[in-house]
Amino acid sequence: MRLLIKNGFVTDGIGIHTGIRDIYIEGGVIKQIGENLSYQADRVIDAEGLYVFPGFVDAHCHLRDPGYEYKEDIKSGTLSAAYGGFTSVACMPNTNPVADNKAVITYIIDKAKKEGVVHVYPIGAITKGQKGEVLADIGEMKEAGAVAISDDGVPVASASLMRKAIQYASAFGLTVISHCEDLSLKENGSMNEGYMSTVLGLPGIPHEAEEVMVAREILLSEGLGIPVHIAHVSTKTSVTLIRDAKKRGVRITCETCPHYFSLTDEAVRGYNTNAKVNPPLRTEEDRLAILEGLADDTIDIIATDHAPHHIDEKDVEFNLASNGISGFETAFGLCSEYLLKTGVLSLERFVSKIAVNPARLLRIPKGTLKEGSAADITVCDLKKETIVDVRKFRSKGKNSPFDGKRLQGAVIYTVVDGNVVVENRE
Amino acid sequence: MILKSKDLLGLKDITKEEIQGILDTAKTMKLIIQSGTKKTPHLQGKTVITLFYENSTRTRTSFELAAKYMSGNSVNISVSTSSVAKGETLIDTGRTLDVMGTDVIIIRHSMAGAPDLLAKHTNAAVINAGDGLNEHPTQALLDMFTVMEAKGDLNGLKVAIVGDILHSRVARSNIWGMTKMGAKVVVAGPPTLLPSHIKDLGVEAYTDIEKAVEDADVVMALRIQKERLEKGLFPSVSEYARFFGINENIVKKAKKDALIMHPGPVNRGVEITSALVDGDSSLIDTQVTNGVAIRMALLYLMTRKDG
Repeated sequence: MRLLIKNGFVTDGIGIHTGIRDIYIEGGVIKQIGENLSYQADRVIDAEGLYVFPGFVDAHCHLRDPGYEYKEDIKSGTLSAAYGGFTSVACMPNTNPVADNKAVITYIIDKAKKEGVVHVYPIGAITKGQKGEVLADIGEMKEAGAVAISDDGVPVASASLMRKAIQYASAFGLTVISHCEDLSLKENGSMNEGYMSTVLGLPGIPHEAEEVMVAREILLSEGLGIPVHIAHVSTKTSVTLIRDAKKRGVRITCETCPHYFSLTDEAVRGYNTNAKVNPPLRTEEDRLAILEGLADDTIDIIATDHAPHHIDEKDVEFNLASNGISGFETAFGLCSEYLLKTGVLSLERFVSKIAVNPARLLRIPKGTLKEGSAADITVCDLKKETIVDVRKFRSKGKNSPFDGKRLQGAVIYTVVDGNVVVENRE
Repeated sequence: MILKSKDLLGLKDITKEEIQGILDTAKTMKLIIQSGTKKTPHLQGKTVITLFYENSTRTRTSFELAAKYMSGNSVNISVSTSSVAKGETLIDTGRTLDVMGTDVIIIRHSMAGAPDLLAKHTNAAVINAGDGLNEHPTQALLDMFTVMEAKGDLNGLKVAIVGDILHSRVARSNIWGMTKMGAKVVVAGPPTLLPSHIKDLGVEAYTDIEKAVEDADVVMALRIQKERLEKGLFPSVSEYARFFGINENIVKKAKKDALIMHPGPVNRGVEITSALVDGDSSLIDTQVTNGVAIRMALLYLMTRKDG
């Protein structure tokens, strides 16, 4: 299969290619990028007026497979990812059984090879059963293909154990991704503590529940001189802590998710369980701080934290509802609407945060348009307006607080290994 | 049409006019309670179900009597006897009650928003009898009714609510309701029991209860729960009583004719002294009587065809 993508505005996120370029792909590999290429191809995509990026890389998602296939499985999850423009996704280990050993990691990789629409990179658990007690078989998981370790969904409460995990995993070239949440501060909270929790009478989660642990991980990373990655940053003070740490040279990196720069806890009004997520949606002050953190590169990565759930897990009392947002298919529209249209990020910096940096974190050869690399490419229209309709989601999870929202910016083509897996052109 | 919605989920989303309409109707209902017969045909052929996921004596009895005084059928469901214990969802329970022909479901639940969820999935009218930390609108309505009965009007009065504001749905409903009716509401308690951003609800907040009570027309004490002590929100019952309990000396700071109220049940000697509970200024018993009148008014307004 020979594919030629012509006349699109190419941005690779590292400043080598920025402008109208053609991309020629053969055998699943990018052969050449240049102006006015003339190749005989099996298929030519005219991308005039469109934007061509390295395929997005999601450093944080939940594919729910094995164990929770009623929420999502590798097939539906990767199809959903492809429709969101993601060509590689790293899935968190809170499956059933937990991905805390090489067998589960191997299962995920094998199943993804057979059924996956995009590349799947499993993240292994830090501790056995994500119980926060004993380190998982980190070396064996790395050998089996794990790209990072995380107990996402639950924090590693013991600072001592976390310190050992950071140290031990570094020997295998794996970065710890920390889900920062002090459960003693969270107590039974189910939304951000503040004006809205008082109005709704829901138990609140103070923002310090996140920040206390962000501060801890910064200190551990600094003390050890080993990189640590902070998952889903949601508060103003977390951004400040990370910004200050980076200034003094700490090798800390972090991500945020589209819902933290597009929504506040106002979205919970009416006990909207689709706006229940962990960490919880915060205040406008926090939202603006997240935008600032993206703008000044304190925040390195935009991840989806795609967390599909069954309707029965959301159509219940707010306190009982599961945390999470089905996020793949709204991610680009939200980035386009809140980051690109507003000028918070240039195209290039957007691409660095959604493709280049996550690939670096995971140390995978993705998020690039380099000649000779696998042809994972996402083509977007920044003008096209769509109205989010959860019924059309490819994900099994219809749990989105953005249903009915008008967004400007859409994924038009997703190319994985030179194959066009998504075509979304009228 | 006095009530705009089919349900009464709280006072935060209803208007001053709706509240006034309920209070006016309750006046008539109180006359019925005080009459010898205590029977009207207003709810004839109507079925009222109390669906209680939390224990309650007075609220539930009050609703049940309200229905019976008006010739309605009332059925009680509590967690231990219903299929809830078997894990049926709230929505399914609601649907089941709905298709049995229930006209009004009165729900109490430990989780905020449960009545909203039930209301969305049922044709029956839903009355919130207390949900989590959110609202207890019928309690606040009866409190307002009691104050108005004694003072004529809520407008311009200073109402001090003292105690565990954080965990009190009674406090929240009274804040929404009383501020709408023109009262100045002041809340007070230990800082660990004051909700975040409480001032944004249009009230003053103090940790010094003497200041809160100063020149108050109404002093309302709230029940303190033992489990708050266990969670470390205050050090001991005796310390709580000493610094945050309402006693005779504190009440001296209030207006001479200040009313003493408490939603019950009372921990005598903890949040309020027995002398005050049983004293001349106490309206605690009147609150209970008025509770029946308020609930009769609501059942009547919510089941008649023209609202």
